Amino acid sequence: MLTFTIRRLVLSVPTLLFISLVIFLLLELAPGDPMAQVPLTVPPEVKEKMRQALGLGEPIHIRYVKWVVQFFWIEPQVLFDHIFGTTFSEGKLRVISWQTRSPVMDLVIQRLPQTLWVVGVAYVVAIIIAIPVGIYSAYRQYSAFDQFGTFITMIGFSVPPFFTGPLMVVVFAVYLHWFPSIYDTTLVVDDFESFGKQIRQMFLPVMVLALQITAQISRFMRASMLDNFNQDYVRTARAKGMSEYTVVMVHVLRNSLIPVVTVIALGIPSIFGGAIITEQVFAVNGIGQALISAIQANDLPMVQTLTFIFAVLIVLFNLIADVLYGVLDPRVRYD
Amino acid sequence: MTESAPKRIGALTDTIPSQPPRSQWLDVWDQFKQHKGALIGGITFLTIILAVVVGPEIWWVDAQYLPKGREFINLRDTRPIYHALWDESAKVSWLYPLGTDNLGRDTLARMMQGGRVSIAVGLTAMLLSILLGTLIGVTAGYFRRLDGPLMRLTDLFLALPLLPMILVASLLFREALSKTFGVEGGVFVLVVGLIGITSWMHTARIVRGDVLALKEREFILAAQSIGTKPSKLVMRHLLPNVMSPIMVSATLGIAVAIITESALSFLGFGFPPDFPTWGRLLNDSVDRMDLYPERVLWPGLAISLTVLSVNYLGDGLRDALDPRIRGR
Repeated sequence: MLTFTIRRLVLSVPTLLFISLVIFLLLELAPGDPMAQVPLTVPPEVKEKMRQALGLGEPIHIRYVKWVVQFFWIEPQVLFDHIFGTTFSEGKLRVISWQTRSPVMDLVIQRLPQTLWVVGVAYVVAIIIAIPVGIYSAYRQYSAFDQFGTFITMIGFSVPPFFTGPLMVVVFAVYLHWFPSIYDTTLVVDDFESFGKQIRQMFLPVMVLALQITAQISRFMRASMLDNFNQDYVRTARAKGMSEYTVVMVHVLRNSLIPVVTVIALGIPSIFGGAIITEQVFAVNGIGQALISAIQANDLPMVQTLTFIFAVLIVLFNLIADVLYGVLDPRVRYD
Repeated sequence: MTESAPKRIGALTDTIPSQPPRSQWLDVWDQFKQHKGALIGGITFLTIILAVVVGPEIWWVDAQYLPKGREFINLRDTRPIYHALWDESAKVSWLYPLGTDNLGRDTLARMMQGGRVSIAVGLTAMLLSILLGTLIGVTAGYFRRLDGPLMRLTDLFLALPLLPMILVASLLFREALSKTFGVEGGVFVLVVGLIGITSWMHTARIVRGDVLALKEREFILAAQSIGTKPSKLVMRHLLPNVMSPIMVSATLGIAVAIITESALSFLGFGFPPDFPTWGRLLNDSVDRMDLYPERVLWPGLAISLTVLSVNYLGDGLRDALDPRIRGR
């Protein structure tokens, strides 16, 4: 299991490098000019100097290598220094935002926890709801519960987060006053009262995301359980007198989870897309919101780094899904 | 020698078929009719298309009409007509059944105009993505040497953070395309292109899998042995046989494209502000949704209903086109 995990981890490095190259080239080849906002009265030679100051003068490949070194070599050193108080990164150039003139990674460190909290909690909530719903609708196929559940998941599948978000704000925040409509990131959780506040402000964004994920997972859970119920091994298990609980919850469930894990892994990019929208609706200051403001400000180093952080998150979650796959299906491990 | 005619045995006794053989598509249609949700979804989708195509032609208010002066004050912020049911003092007018926005533009006309754009983007982007997906899928499945690189490319695209990259690209390429195709045309090309380029992967995977399985079948061997050229083989023998998964992913692709376009417009990276699409209308009205919730509700419902009906349609098509389920 450990070697399997390590092999997966090593394989993800070239993937990430390649993705970073794709993002870099996308930003490079685009016909936009970061100097477009500078007034026309600025003479060309001054403009050229400004370019140099932003690090735009050098050819593409040198800038790419520089970025890679900064991101993969210098930034980890900074993190190491921060934790252990050493001075490895002293005087080395970090990835600097054009907007704030401060290192991009500082901002990422500030913003990342909010995004991860919302997305992570949403995933947990969704899995807790979706798996039992999927199991029961498959077990009682075409029952009233199944029909209703299928309809609800179809709606959750079809209604986009940028509609459910405002809708929930109108209903639960404006009319009912149950939850705040805006996420307050300055809130410090130190006692039960502030913890309750934190739960309440996380409720709406998490629900919007969880609805999307639940719909996805429970649909596939149901389909996969149905596929397995017709298999011979189920009949064998029943024939040898196993309890219905063991048949469903041990034999069928474990086999049905395998394709569902794949589906979860494939859905991860769209969940992070949904997270960007949810952050925008509820004013959660996560990395999605930072990305949008960076794009609008034409802040290329920030855009590059944030997009890449999204790629890292997606690859990381895929990795977790892969490892889960290995836990569930022993055949995968020994390949 | 003239004895009685030999006794008919075996197959010869078979009677003539009582009715002409049924075509595959008739069977598909019969199965499709069984799926109530798909039938309702299909009818709803067609109705929506009809409404947005014909609607702006017969509706008497122009979507872009901006009232001025006194008319503006009279017209702006009209509430939908059903508001009169519970609030008699509400500002309503039968001429504007869904009300007007803060500039006095008719919501119903804008909804229909916006639907045109949203659905046009959805259909065109779907076509592009299906085209790309089929091309890559067939190439990867048929030519063994290209299989590895193309599938790695597909995996790479699946691991990319697509929405962030679409957002970045939509801002970076906007001006260059606007110069070539005009402001609205440029954005249309941009949005369709971006959605198409980022949503072909699932189609490609499915088509490749099917082509790989079909390639080993006898009829392909037969076609090859009489010297059919690869291009003909693909067009005449392979493509018709992978039509059904392509049709299913095409249907579901419409839903994905409409949602992505609306998400782009919602985040402010899509069409320009005075050019209505459903996502744009939703985005414009979010700021004042506590006062005018209907302006969020209608575009949102339009998007959701379209996507829901398309998803049901896709579900039904998948069942109808699957020969293992058909006839059960």
